Amino acid sequence: MNNVQNKKRANKSLPFFFKDEFKVSFIIIFISTILLITTFTFDIVPPILNRGIQPATFPKALLVLIITLTMIIYYLAKKKPWKIEKKLPKTFFLTLLSFIFFVVISKTLDFFLAISVLSIFVSYNWGEKRLFYLLLVGIIFPAIVFVFFETILGLRFPPGIITNIYYN
Amino acid sequence: MDNLLLMLAPLFSSKLLLVLFFGTLFGLILGVLPGLGPTTGGALILPFTMTLDPLSAIVLLTSIYCAGTYGGAITAILINTPGTPAAAATCLDGYPLAQKGEAGRALGMATVSSTVGGIFSVIILVFFAPLLAKLAYEFGQPEYFALAIFGLTMLASIGDGNPIKNLIAGAFGILISTIGKDFMTSIDRFTYGINELSEGIGFIPVVVGLFAISEMLTQSTLLDQVFKRVALKAVKLPSINDYKQTWKTILRSSGIGSFIGVLPAEGGTVASLIGYSEAKRFSKKPEEFGKGSIEGIAGAEAANNAATGGAMVPTLALGIPGSATTAVILTGLIIHGVRPGPDLFREQPEFLYGIFGAMLIANILFFIFGFFGAKLFARITLVPNKIFCLWNLFIKSINSRCLDNDIFWSTWIFYEKIWLFSCSGYYRIDIRRIS
Repeated sequence: MNNVQNKKRANKSLPFFFKDEFKVSFIIIFISTILLITTFTFDIVPPILNRGIQPATFPKALLVLIITLTMIIYYLAKKKPWKIEKKLPKTFFLTLLSFIFFVVISKTLDFFLAISVLSIFVSYNWGEKRLFYLLLVGIIFPAIVFVFFETILGLRFPPGIITNIYYN
Repeated sequence: MDNLLLMLAPLFSSKLLLVLFFGTLFGLILGVLPGLGPTTGGALILPFTMTLDPLSAIVLLTSIYCAGTYGGAITAILINTPGTPAAAATCLDGYPLAQKGEAGRALGMATVSSTVGGIFSVIILVFFAPLLAKLAYEFGQPEYFALAIFGLTMLASIGDGNPIKNLIAGAFGILISTIGKDFMTSIDRFTYGINELSEGIGFIPVVVGLFAISEMLTQSTLLDQVFKRVALKAVKLPSINDYKQTWKTILRSSGIGSFIGVLPAEGGTVASLIGYSEAKRFSKKPEEFGKGSIEGIAGAEAANNAATGGAMVPTLALGIPGSATTAVILTGLIIHGVRPGPDLFREQPEFLYGIFGAMLIANILFFIFGFFGAKLFARITLVPNKIFCLWNLFIKSINSRCLDNDIFWSTWIFYEKIWLFSCSGYYRIDIRRIS
């Protein structure tokens, strides 16, 4: 209890731009504003062809709603500060990084290679150092999943350097 | 009386009983495996039904539908990842209850309420199908608009978080659905010249982004914590008091689910959200919702399974699917040369009542599998989180890759924002339900 109160006190003493409520609200408003600006680039339907509202109107309304509600949230949070979450650990950022690797590898090389790399990378960073289990999770497990989907459910996977070996 | 006897026909056919048994078990497994579900499973098994006669084929699909809808609750309760979209509301209370070491109680309540909801909806289906079909058929645009607004207002009351945050998450969900070509004008919105985005973001990638990836990121922050795991001996099934506390909720949600299911395109997901919300509204302890309320589980589960029978009404009576899975069943009917519509009731009553009977038996079968298998299913929580999160991600990624080819966008677009949202008290379910 004391710990939470101390954290709340610590949060109050921070400059406003370091506070969680500001950071979260800022990111939402920032992204929403960019999207709102994008809506002004949408093509406009000529009045003679238009049925109902313009394609940009509805997203604009939604984004204005999100920005307005976020500002209200921030205003309310100033009166009642949020409880500070603990600092994000290194594993979080490494997991985040692994998704980037996953997307890059799956798009450029092979989907199953990406799954294997992700499995080994994430498992290792999450504390699994035993080689057998890393191989189990990184190679044997994806292979079982592949065979299950390919043979039993009859799904064909997109081409890639490993998948092509199987199909050829 | 004749119709009731026709309903019992599947009981007297060993072939149909075998199909029912297999379909229920398969549906349950599909529901339990995160990333799969009755819709995907039904679509996958559809080609195999070609070797069966029409009644067996539709019985197989409907039993998968009933059992799969229930099965989704198991992973929702045990790992906070709904096996099916209809079980998303079950996460809100099922998972907190499992974390308290009462996974068996939550699973037992989900099983009982799902069965009651399912059987209730079959009874409704049998006695009131023509009437309900007519009512749903008379729904016009104003009524659908009112229903959509009603659904949106539900967002504000879901969860124990800030209603404004829920609304923001809901608005974000609608925003996701605007990505791609505008249906009315074919003008691109938020596509940034990327062809893959022209068709919009598929349902499965949204679910992957919202549940699997954000759950993985959340778990990555909790590695230093030791969770109290559910030991098999500690699995406790619901008590008599639990049933006394929830019977009204179960009946109410069964009624709601049946009605919502009848409305075309409003499936178990909407039904479970409304069932959950109404359970909270009528509860004597609304403050417990979101923290492991047994009434929350009963409300959501009775409603989503009740929607299965309801959704079959427009499918069979009008040829309009009541949900995504019934769209697959409708395809099955057409493939087998059965023309759904009002004439079906007049011309082939034995076929229709055979399906109704099969649904009734499927509900009883999944009750047996689910109730007596609760302890077995609870073993899933003994698997380390790191393994389960990866499994969850793999299966969903593969589904996305195979069915929508959209994993690239699901990972890139959603992970950061969704994680940010869920950490800040924005409900993932709001975003998912709307999009």
